[in-house]
Amino acid sequence: MKLTVNGQQHEVDVEDDMPLLWVLRDELGYTGTKYGCGIAQCGACTVHLDGEAVRSCQVPAAYADGAEIVTIEGLGTPDAPHPVQQAWIETQVAQCGYCQSGQIMQAAWLLETNSAPTDEEIDRVMSGNLCRCGTYPRIRAAVKAAAQKMQEA
Amino acid sequence: MSRAGKIARRTFLIGSAAIAGGVAFGVYMVSRDPENPLSRDLGSDEVTFNPWVRITPEKITLITPHADIGQGVVHAQAALIAEEMDLDLGQFETSFGPPSPAYWNTAMAVEGAPFRSDDDGLVAEATRSFLGGVFKILGFQGTGGSSSIPDSYVKLREAGATARETLKAAASAEHGIPAADLTTKSGHVILPDGTAIPYTALADRAATIEPVTGVPLRDPSQWRLIGQSMPRIDMVAKSTGTQTFGIDLTIDGMVYAAPRVNPNRGPLNGYDDIEARAMRGVKDIVPVTNGIAVIADNTWRAQQAADAVTVDWGTGPYPPEQEDHWKEVAASFTEDRLDREWRNDGDVEATAAAQPIMAEYRAGYAAHQPLEPINAIIRVTDDAVEVWSAHQFPRFVQQIVGGVTGHDAEQVIFYNQFGGGSFGHRLEFENLKLAAEIANQMRGTPVKLTFSREEDFAHDFPRQIGMARGKGTVLNGRIESMDIQIATTSAARSQFSRLGLSMPGPDGQIVSGVWNAPYMLPNYRVRAYAVPELAPVSSWRSVGAVTAAFFGESFLDELIHAAGADPLEERLRLADTPRAAAVLEAVGEMSGWGRDPGENRGLGVALVESFGTMTAEAIEVENTERGIRILNVWAAAEVGTVIDPVNFENHVQGGVVWGLGHAMNCEITYSGGVAQQTNFHAHEGMRLYQCPNIEVRGIELSDRVHGIGEPPVPPAAPALANAIYAATGQRIREMPMHHHIDFA
Ligand code: FES
Ligand code: FES
Repeated sequence: MKLTVNGQQHEVDVEDDMPLLWVLRDELGYTGTKYGCGIAQCGACTVHLDGEAVRSCQVPAAYADGAEIVTIEGLGTPDAPHPVQQAWIETQVAQCGYCQSGQIMQAAWLLETNSAPTDEEIDRVMSGNLCRCGTYPRIRAAVKAAAQKMQEA
Repeated sequence: MSRAGKIARRTFLIGSAAIAGGVAFGVYMVSRDPENPLSRDLGSDEVTFNPWVRITPEKITLITPHADIGQGVVHAQAALIAEEMDLDLGQFETSFGPPSPAYWNTAMAVEGAPFRSDDDGLVAEATRSFLGGVFKILGFQGTGGSSSIPDSYVKLREAGATARETLKAAASAEHGIPAADLTTKSGHVILPDGTAIPYTALADRAATIEPVTGVPLRDPSQWRLIGQSMPRIDMVAKSTGTQTFGIDLTIDGMVYAAPRVNPNRGPLNGYDDIEARAMRGVKDIVPVTNGIAVIADNTWRAQQAADAVTVDWGTGPYPPEQEDHWKEVAASFTEDRLDREWRNDGDVEATAAAQPIMAEYRAGYAAHQPLEPINAIIRVTDDAVEVWSAHQFPRFVQQIVGGVTGHDAEQVIFYNQFGGGSFGHRLEFENLKLAAEIANQMRGTPVKLTFSREEDFAHDFPRQIGMARGKGTVLNGRIESMDIQIATTSAARSQFSRLGLSMPGPDGQIVSGVWNAPYMLPNYRVRAYAVPELAPVSSWRSVGAVTAAFFGESFLDELIHAAGADPLEERLRLADTPRAAAVLEAVGEMSGWGRDPGENRGLGVALVESFGTMTAEAIEVENTERGIRILNVWAAAEVGTVIDPVNFENHVQGGVVWGLGHAMNCEITYSGGVAQQTNFHAHEGMRLYQCPNIEVRGIELSDRVHGIGEPPVPPAAPALANAIYAATGQRIREMPMHHHIDFA
């Protein structure tokens, strides 16, 4: 199968049903995308597939064939962070940080589709992403800070 | 010489050492003659150098040997050193220890020397940890409240001060200017004419001169970093997917392994792996204790094949059905299972009130399940074992892995990693023992073992199970007596037994937060009962206090209501320390206690001292059509010194979310000896939409620094139950509470 990850083309030879998560992590080395549950319960594996936020543990490789994938590494970098990442850094959201790739990818997608989400919309879109460390108050604040940044930009 | 004598002779000296291309500052562990404490007996086998700071011409590295499991301890350790060294954040790297076996063995084998010196020290540390709370030992907030922490709180700053003054001495020697005329700023020594010499340029010279020791530490009023909100140094990496966790590592030539081990902890009677062996990418299937492991060329293929093996599990060591666990707990309120009577003020038997109030409480098992599943990479060769994983007890890792592979502990090189959470889970050794067993069967090949979430749930040693029986009386609008009996299994005893140790004396955690409740009740008795081990259990964020305080603070609330008193005012009246009163007053003020919250709403409060920290929480809930909605939480904690206000607030909020989420809907139950909850759908915790507004206040009254990782957890559940009672009149006496009430 062929897929584009963060603008880079890759060709991999894997089973049709291997989840995109493991293609990214073990075959291609994009380890910013995390494994948390494997059953769409935690959101740690969230990436953008053709512009949609998806749980990569639920996307079979065959479905991702030909797709454009953006992972946390492609959203922004330490030197040039995406506004959502910038807001996460400034709000000091992370504790262990393990869930945050998924949180950020989910939030970036939310703000792309809705530049000024209400509290209820944030609750609805972000509640599929578990944070065992309990950083939810800061996630809410960072989503709002990012919305502000993106509107000013 | 007796063991005790040996310990007495051990001591620590801040010093320096030349290293390849530079200089290191740190702690020497030396033996001293107790008769003459000034003599240094530096026998080569007795000396270990444990560096905190390495300076080479290229860079400055601060060594922060403890695993960071999300509590920011790497940042906190680095900040303590940087404070005295006049380094800015961003001017240094951090390392858990360099990946060089020789260096590791000489320097890092004693891993955090102030905490441990020899085997006896290790046991002593374990004792302190299990009884005092592991997060404190490891330094939530960078330090914590146990006796060893203020020591490291001082030691890291001393190392920084010695480095600073020695660098000044080096500059003095190089430029012929008296050290007293030199200053330091932002990683530079500043000459009187304003010339700034980077520390890195002084590394060589500093290595050749006698280190400047005994430097007085700066007064807190001069601190630039400690006590301020600092941008935590791991934030950028953790917001850009560039933070590497143990699960993300690859080593050249590595293979991937997935375990399948008997989930009821019994033996493996037999298995059939013919089909699994034929699956794509499968390299081998090997036996391990109570199960098998599949070796493949990627994680998913290994997991798929592990699922495809047909297994015949033998029966496990504890009662298979949950009901029987509860029966055993209920049968434990007996004289012969009395672990200890911890408190007996007045006489609870001789009360005047006619009608006692009685209640029974219970709390089920709950899982740790940090979001990063447990994992480890191990490579075994004939004379060394290398281990990459996140763990809170590096010294035990060396002993246990070496025990599996037949190596001495010193031959085991441990590269600690950032951990994706722990909550007590990374105190256990299942992943390491298994990875060692597998890697030992294929010496030379690095093996990366990753637990699936389902395997992780199945092999998690959960929080203790327990019950409480309360009996109390009220008279003339006040509580006359409270008599509470608490029976739980013992996390400490269970953990000790897995380490081959036995725990001396009673387990104070069974009644933690209750026996030491800061109340002056006229008649107050607290008795702990030890339930014999059922399912093996382990320390779970706040250990015994999470169950005991739910029982104690809920039952106290029942008595206060029965007396017709106000829950906050009555606690304030009973409070017997200024710290308790201070946190209660704080949450009273923050919550506007006493106001009418409106229809279907109620406020509850709880006060718990755990791990040296006094914490009060007030909670406001609303009884909606869809169930209880938690609206607001106000938390106040007295910790002596708040080291970093942002990290402090984040941890209190996280502790509240942890406490509430599990109290709402999490438990582990057993059937056929197997945990019935296999993934987060069945053990969910709190999700964002349920998260209340959480306001936090740090209070600084006492002289000592106390931890904040665990103490916000215990008051959360009783404050919630008390608020639900205030809103609905329904008293919830069980965790998880969703058995009795819905949450919106
Ligand atoms: S790993 Fe995909 S949702 Fe949890
Ligand atoms: S920061 Fe640890 S799971 Fe979210």
